[in-house]
Amino acid sequence: MDALSDLLNGFATALTPVNIAYACMGVILGTAIGVLPGIGPSMSVALLLPLTFGLDPTAAFILFAGIYYGSMYGGSTTSILLNTPGESSAVVTAIEGNLMAKGGRASQALATAAIGSFVAGLIGTALLVFTAPIIVEFAVNIGAADYFAIMVLAFVAVTSVLGSSRIRGFASLAIGLMIGLVGIDLQSGQQRLTFGIPQLADGIDVVVVAVALFAIGETLWVAAHLRRRPPDIIPTGRAWMSRQDLSRSWKPWLRGTGLGFPFGAIPAGGAEIPTFLSYVTEKRLTKHPEEFGRGAIEGVAGPEASNNASAAGSLVTMLALGLPTSATAAVMLAAFQGFGIQPGPLLLEREGDLVWALIASLFIGNTLLLVLNLPLAPLWAKLLKTPRPYLYAGILFFASLGAYAVNAQTIDLIILLVIGLLGFMMRRYGLPVVPAIIGVILGPRAELQLRRALQISNGELSGLVDSPLAIIIYVVILLVLLWPLVNRFVLRGRRRGPLEAAAVGARDTDGAPPPGAEDRPRVPADGPAEGPSPDERPPDRDRERP
Amino acid sequence: MSSLAQRLRGRSELGVCVFLAGLGALVLWDASQTSRNLVQRGPVGPTAIPIGIGIALIVLAVLLARDVLRGGHGESETGEDVDLSHPSDWRTVLLLIAAYLVNVALIERLGWPISGALLFWGAAYALGSRNFVRDPLIAFGLSFLSYVVFARQLGIGLPPGILEGII
Repeated sequence: MDALSDLLNGFATALTPVNIAYACMGVILGTAIGVLPGIGPSMSVALLLPLTFGLDPTAAFILFAGIYYGSMYGGSTTSILLNTPGESSAVVTAIEGNLMAKGGRASQALATAAIGSFVAGLIGTALLVFTAPIIVEFAVNIGAADYFAIMVLAFVAVTSVLGSSRIRGFASLAIGLMIGLVGIDLQSGQQRLTFGIPQLADGIDVVVVAVALFAIGETLWVAAHLRRRPPDIIPTGRAWMSRQDLSRSWKPWLRGTGLGFPFGAIPAGGAEIPTFLSYVTEKRLTKHPEEFGRGAIEGVAGPEASNNASAAGSLVTMLALGLPTSATAAVMLAAFQGFGIQPGPLLLEREGDLVWALIASLFIGNTLLLVLNLPLAPLWAKLLKTPRPYLYAGILFFASLGAYAVNAQTIDLIILLVIGLLGFMMRRYGLPVVPAIIGVILGPRAELQLRRALQISNGELSGLVDSPLAIIIYVVILLVLLWPLVNRFVLRGRRRGPLEAAAVGARDTDGAPPPGAEDRPRVPADGPAEGPSPDERPPDRDRERP
Repeated sequence: MSSLAQRLRGRSELGVCVFLAGLGALVLWDASQTSRNLVQRGPVGPTAIPIGIGIALIVLAVLLARDVLRGGHGESETGEDVDLSHPSDWRTVLLLIAAYLVNVALIERLGWPISGALLFWGAAYALGSRNFVRDPLIAFGLSFLSYVVFARQLGIGLPPGILEGII
């Protein structure tokens, strides 16, 4: 196998003492930052990105791989012990995980999450090794029109899946696309939206946008509504599990992995849907249905594995097509661009050594994570007690440092604040943040592909739909967009619990992103404050219907 | 008129619509300023996409306004540290922004070790921390440490400012 020998070369690069040290550092820092409440994987990755600026690309991506998996694991620790999912993908883990912790089984919940993440990460990364080259082979032959269609699909799917209101999702996307316009248009040399400010000619750095929307927006939002009482943290010992827990966990791990990986690889908003699906599946298949709602280990094992597998799946699309399907992947893509590496199907060919070293370090990081985190769980739990003023002051501190470090110019700090205020407004009025990030990153590239496609067709719009692939993709997009109509006339009036609704909504489309945004439960980006009950209904479910 | 006033009450979300429409208008205005006479490569010029995005922003503003007037509202984000039962605490937010701007103003004059520390201390103060020994100690410790690690070890361009040559 070609892929295997490439992977072995990757290991040869990644397994030098220096690079192992970087992987260790990444895992520890990633977990430490990811554990902090309110900080999800994408904010961790964005905040720690400046660490890599001074390194050579290989070391930087090895560090990054560790940060990525570390922050995901840190996030699930927070969900379980504090019921504060840092990101919507961890919401489901929090449901049963926090109940387990409250019932005195925190160690077991953390263990099944850690080992489940490891298993899913291992299988997911292995699948990445074999699927990425296949997708690349397919992708090098598709044209500009197809690329444009795929990117439009990513826009529509991410926007329809996240949050509860499509209008607000598309508003967020349009804001992101607008930010992406700023700078010199590379094809005509014209300045767009620069207002004569020379520093804007190069565009607004994606890192600055991501840090602003995630870190600054979040800090200002929390500052406006800071809870003035210490949170309840459940103490924990070392993470461990009995043989019985293990026998109840391994099937959910594998099923979760099977659900998570394909969903991660398609542009459907990351891990939200597969984690919900995994939860519902485990609830149906369990031999202990009475434990669901009181802390069932299957309800932690499945979704957590699903979450990690979907992270690995999103790397397939990111590495093979240059297409981010989750906020974290979007930030990583920004990091690639920061090193002058052009994402896309040629990445594996041009930067093969780098990519395979990155993949190898994903395996290494995943293993380090397991070795470190089972014994270190009590230490991570202590980080949850960080006083809130220090926590958010620290976020502001490192966000400023990172934004300044991008170009070493003060104007980036002003842009950071302005976009941060935008992030504040978006949180206040329920505009999801992720479509904006995807818009900033993919917008300019979608424009490039569109213009290329129309150049080839000499301005004929039919040039956009002249390949079977593009036509299929546009049909899928139409289905996603028209789903609410189907929903309104066919499924109207059926009242279901949100989890069931999520499952049905997702299953009906048979693997395609479930487009009925209104039909799905609102998944608050920061999770429910109090114990989420599966029967909790969003009060304004029908808000977009007349 | 009173019915209009009633309908507008508690609908600050309409401000978002105004904001979106304003952005749309801005993008369209900017596109109208771009000269199209220069050599153009391909049938699509530099203004086509901005015009599309500008129109989309305005259409979305109208759709959102319709949704809001019909009683829809965006759900504010929740979280463990967020307590939505109180009104927004603007004092904290403004103090936090002030601390942030202190750093912006001083970073190139005094350097990161000092301006960063003031940022941290100011932000912690804004968020309610009043320990006048521990707060500055942590603030200066963090900013000096971050300067040493980032600027010295990792080669990231942070300004040393007035401490140039000392640390």
